[in-house]
Amino acid sequence: MSTATRYTPVAVVLHWLLALAIVGTFGVGLYMADLPFSMTRLKLYNWHKWAGVTILALSALRLLWRLANRPPADPPMPLWQARAAHGVHLLLYIAFFAVPLTGWAMSSAKGFPIVWFGVLPLPDFVPKDKELGELLASVHAALAWGLALLVLAHVGAALKHHFIDRDGLLARMSLRRS
Amino acid sequence: MTKLLSALLIASAAVVLPAHAATLLADKSELSFTFKQMGVPVDGRFKKFDAQLDFDAKKPEAGKIAFTVDLGSVSLGDPSFDHELAAATWFDTKRNGKATFVSSGIKATGPGKYDVAGKLTIKGAVRDVVVPITLTNGVAQGSVPIKRLDFKIGDGEWADTSVVANDVAVKFRLAFSGL
Repeated sequence: MSTATRYTPVAVVLHWLLALAIVGTFGVGLYMADLPFSMTRLKLYNWHKWAGVTILALSALRLLWRLANRPPADPPMPLWQARAAHGVHLLLYIAFFAVPLTGWAMSSAKGFPIVWFGVLPLPDFVPKDKELGELLASVHAALAWGLALLVLAHVGAALKHHFIDRDGLLARMSLRRS
Repeated sequence: MTKLLSALLIASAAVVLPAHAATLLADKSELSFTFKQMGVPVDGRFKKFDAQLDFDAKKPEAGKIAFTVDLGSVSLGDPSFDHELAAATWFDTKRNGKATFVSSGIKATGPGKYDVAGKLTIKGAVRDVVVPITLTNGVAQGSVPIKRLDFKIGDGEWADTSVVANDVAVKFRLAFSGL
């Protein structure tokens, strides 16, 4: 039982890769939404969509890996903190799927099917519908902000463990070999 | 008086119009196009266009088509895009209100099938094109591939074909009465 003090290397790599991708894609999404019609806007929209679908695919992989490989046990902490941490993790996983899926649907509804990296056309799972497109745009934005808040809570809690509790929690997810 | 006038008008029209002239039924006709932006197919259409057709299926080679498109009527279905398409970089509709196609020769290629050769003029650029059409029950259908950069549609930074592809498929369905 002493082995499970760290996440598996695959889990660690996926965590940091997706952390980077999600923060970057969120930033691009915020920036591009208010741009006037331009080449930059067009490119950013496509990149944002490609990144979103990539996040969706990697999250599916990550979820499978997470289900097949148990995470390390929690360090000692009050029960409410453990519950809150696990609750946030669950909501994060839901958002990993809900945010890209609503973005994908929104793109289809607005009449611009996603062609992943300009090569692979993805199916439309909602019809082209202007009002549905507007609705999905609001839902996508709200969920993305929800995800941002969850990330803040997650990072805040991790930093609290590191700097206040000093329980070495971050080492479980360190890219450095222990 | 009005009766006399309209009678005169009809009579003069009969004199002016060639024997096999047909009239375009605008509400039953469509002119659309498809291009790709970063791999994504985008459809657009022109709402206003007109055609003068003088055609007899027994003598197709004697036929003539003149086709005019109001470039300002372009629509991608999104007002912000449509506004942009009117700009100088794209259709420059202030200085180039119309695109025209004037046939120079019609050749029968099969039953109800014809190749219409002619000159396509957009934004002052002229290109020879051959448009294959199928004619059934007074409806001419077909499509013709064009290169948008031949006509400087999408100039400047938009000339980058990795973002907006050079190939544009123009599709039409033109319904005529009197054909």
